Amino acid sequence: MKAIRLTLLGGGLLLLWQLLVLVTDAPHYILPGPLPVLYAIISHWSLLLHHLQTTLTEIILGIILGSFLGVAAALTMTLSPLLKRWLLPVLVISQAIPVFALAPILVLWFGYGMASKVAMAVLIIFFPVTSSFYYGMQRTEPQLLELARIMDGRPLAIMRFIVIPSALPAFASGLRVATAVAPIGAVVGEWVGSSAGLGFYMLHANARMQIDLMFAALALLSAVSLLLYFIIDFAMEKLIFWDKKGIRQ
Amino acid sequence: MRVDSLAARTQNHKQAPAIVFDNVSLTLAGLPLFDRLSLTVVGGQCTCVLGPSGCGKSTLLRLISGTTSFGYQGTITIDSGAEKNKIAWMSQNDLLLPWLSLLDNILLGAKLRHEESAALRRQARHLMVEAGLAGYEDALPATLSGGMRQRGALLRTLMEDRPVLLMDEPFSALDALARMKLQDLSARLTRQATVLLVTHDPMEALRMGQTIVVLSKRPAQVKSVVALAGIPPRNMDDPEIQANLSGLLSQLMDESDR
Repeated sequence: MKAIRLTLLGGGLLLLWQLLVLVTDAPHYILPGPLPVLYAIISHWSLLLHHLQTTLTEIILGIILGSFLGVAAALTMTLSPLLKRWLLPVLVISQAIPVFALAPILVLWFGYGMASKVAMAVLIIFFPVTSSFYYGMQRTEPQLLELARIMDGRPLAIMRFIVIPSALPAFASGLRVATAVAPIGAVVGEWVGSSAGLGFYMLHANARMQIDLMFAALALLSAVSLLLYFIIDFAMEKLIFWDKKGIRQ
Repeated sequence: MRVDSLAARTQNHKQAPAIVFDNVSLTLAGLPLFDRLSLTVVGGQCTCVLGPSGCGKSTLLRLISGTTSFGYQGTITIDSGAEKNKIAWMSQNDLLLPWLSLLDNILLGAKLRHEESAALRRQARHLMVEAGLAGYEDALPATLSGGMRQRGALLRTLMEDRPVLLMDEPFSALDALARMKLQDLSARLTRQATVLLVTHDPMEALRMGQTIVVLSKRPAQVKSVVALAGIPPRNMDDPEIQANLSGLLSQLMDESDR
């Protein structure tokens, strides 16, 4: 059922795109239709694939590192109220700096290679993961904590059995947001300075007025982002196995 | 049910402690909740506390368990010498962790203290059989009925093996039949522990209690203490229930009308 709905939705959007091209009568160098873009994808497949690999690696490394750091920061703040008082303001202040404005600096520091793009993705992902996980842990049912205290529970065991599982649904929504925004970080990083990746390739195609290739790169990027989102979504559903609606009688 | 053999779980305590409230005063948000309240909960018995809603019944339990930061005057003592971990807690909300199986939930205290052992697991499985929960060891709480969940919560409380059980309206969220069954199970398994059970249901107090304390409206004072002779759980047609029910009801009516 879900598959049929998604197919219909995708088909509908493509149809809308084609209609837009027909109605506005836009020239192909402004808005190419779906078919020329599909043709561009097929004809430049190996080149696109090469750049896709670079961008995908940046995104995945960004997600892994960003969520790892985010989880570590959230755990640190939960376990140590002292560190929390220092870390939390830093975290909030860091969000006041527009991450995109940091891109040139990151390229300056980490170079034209993959590192600066991964750093960019990490910076974007870090905050949603940290804040969702941290506040999820803060919102642990107080009655459960009281029960654990009456039971003389050890602090780390309380974290493991009560606090962390309580926060997993919130963490999952943070990670979903992070997955959706991670490609932005990678692509912006590539625009600022790089020699590979779909972002780089888009700029390259734009400079040579190969608009259909720009759209081809964009379409691939969207497809990959969607795929990543669905994978994370699926993994989170498995992780939070008790939260299924069907389990309730 | 052959549950009585397992009441041993709470019978290890040679003498379950008494709980003594001496001149306890507590003011919340400018209003006095308790004004020099004195009350003795007899050790090794089930004492039921009745009273109009909002009179501070639950707060009484929370003061004993130390789960509030309310500053009160007076003293509350649990006189059982040096024994440290004395209290187990059961509330209206079963507080089962949705991500743990029923068996793991029942063993939660041991898990949180890093004390889980094969012997304790055996004991928990045994209790589950007695409570009619055999076969549900691996079930997640969300798949169980309210009565089964609350039976799980009762077993988790019993596994704590503490001499003092504080129960805050533990059965009030259940339907009548499940409530009766759970009252029976609970009364049998908690004999000889000091049980302080807060309830709004006079019938529950009469079935479960050896002593019934009726509190007045704010600021709560002990309005009356009824001592019952027989051993709980009492049947519905027990003469002691018939003799005391209307008296208790009219006392409670008076309090809620005032």
